[in-house]
Amino acid sequence: MATAQAQMDTKWWSGGKSPFNVEYGKLMMWYFLMSDAFTFGAFLISYGTIRFSQNYWPDPNVVFNAFPFAGHANLPLAFVSLMTFILIVSSVTMVLAVHAGHHMDKKGVIKWMAWTIVGGIAFLACQAWEWTHLITGDHIVLMDGKIQEIGTTVSKNPWGPEIPGLLHDGHAVHKPGPVAFGGYFFGITGFHGFHVLSGVVINIIMLLMTINGAFDRRGHYLMIEKAGLYWHFVDLVWVFVFLCFYLI
Amino acid sequence: MDHSNTAASEVTFHHAPGGDETIKKIIKTTIVLSVITLIELALGFGIYFMHKSPDYSHGLVLFIKGVIVILSLLKAFYIVGVFMHLGDEIRNLIMTIVVPLLLFVWFIAAFLIDGNSWKVLRNTEGHSKPQTEQKQVVPDAKKPGGVE
Repeated sequence: MATAQAQMDTKWWSGGKSPFNVEYGKLMMWYFLMSDAFTFGAFLISYGTIRFSQNYWPDPNVVFNAFPFAGHANLPLAFVSLMTFILIVSSVTMVLAVHAGHHMDKKGVIKWMAWTIVGGIAFLACQAWEWTHLITGDHIVLMDGKIQEIGTTVSKNPWGPEIPGLLHDGHAVHKPGPVAFGGYFFGITGFHGFHVLSGVVINIIMLLMTINGAFDRRGHYLMIEKAGLYWHFVDLVWVFVFLCFYLI
Repeated sequence: MDHSNTAASEVTFHHAPGGDETIKKIIKTTIVLSVITLIELALGFGIYFMHKSPDYSHGLVLFIKGVIVILSLLKAFYIVGVFMHLGDEIRNLIMTIVVPLLLFVWFIAAFLIDGNSWKVLRNTEGHSKPQTEQKQVVPDAKKPGGVE
């Protein structure tokens, strides 16, 4: 008893135990996520720098106002709210999977991991629809001296300021907007989407390992925790992508 | 329930989670995140309608955007602290994650100021012209029947 007490009192760094009291893989996952946060941060700050340097920037409420099967209805923010809630809910199901793992509850882990995967796939489907809509949705723009119909791509941006008084087939005609808009939007949401995709793949692998009983044999579900950290990070990044591209 | 020592002998999982307590915390955090998101959306709609109205105040919009940024940071705090359980780790670990992130403060300030300076230089041709050209174009402010 006395020796146990003495051990408790020694410093974290005196050896014999993990100074951070976490397992190696989990610690390294944290540091990977920190470096990944800097990568995303650099992208978003670069976007902010370019946006601050422009006199005109497209209003997100005008660009992102469509909803699947809603035709040309003007629904600003609606679709992206749906995507945000999908990701929040899938984050919650992931916490529940980790929680079930703590209690060695194999059935619970399987159930909540499956829901998390469903959420991730739903989010990716939404993003695929949104990209398609932006790229293929043509808008009337006065470019190079003639009226053209262009979609949003990494080299074209139809979301410039409106040209007063100029109408084409009863529609307002716009100038081209800053080209950087498409590049940053597709680049950053694409990088985030790639994280979601790899998260889904990791989660599927974890689900299969759980079903095969790999974690029961190991005696712990720490792998679920690590996959969970990654998944929550994806949700965390979306908070800021949502903020920078859609809200402000 | 003792969860210690199955992974590695030097790790003592002192934050072995309770049952209902943890579930309650997860539900509470879910509600908090949803409510914050709804408030953000409401503010986003507020900005949208202010853009449309004729008495558009740039300062007020900037203020609302600031509020949205703070709400997003609050969401990040809840996700990292509760969902990722960073709040349950020991202090040393929390510090090695959080302290490097403070670099973002300077990172963001420096680059946004740089971007703004770039705009001013371009608009004034290197301060050789007065800053009259620099106007923040308000999309569709006074043009009814705009983009639809």
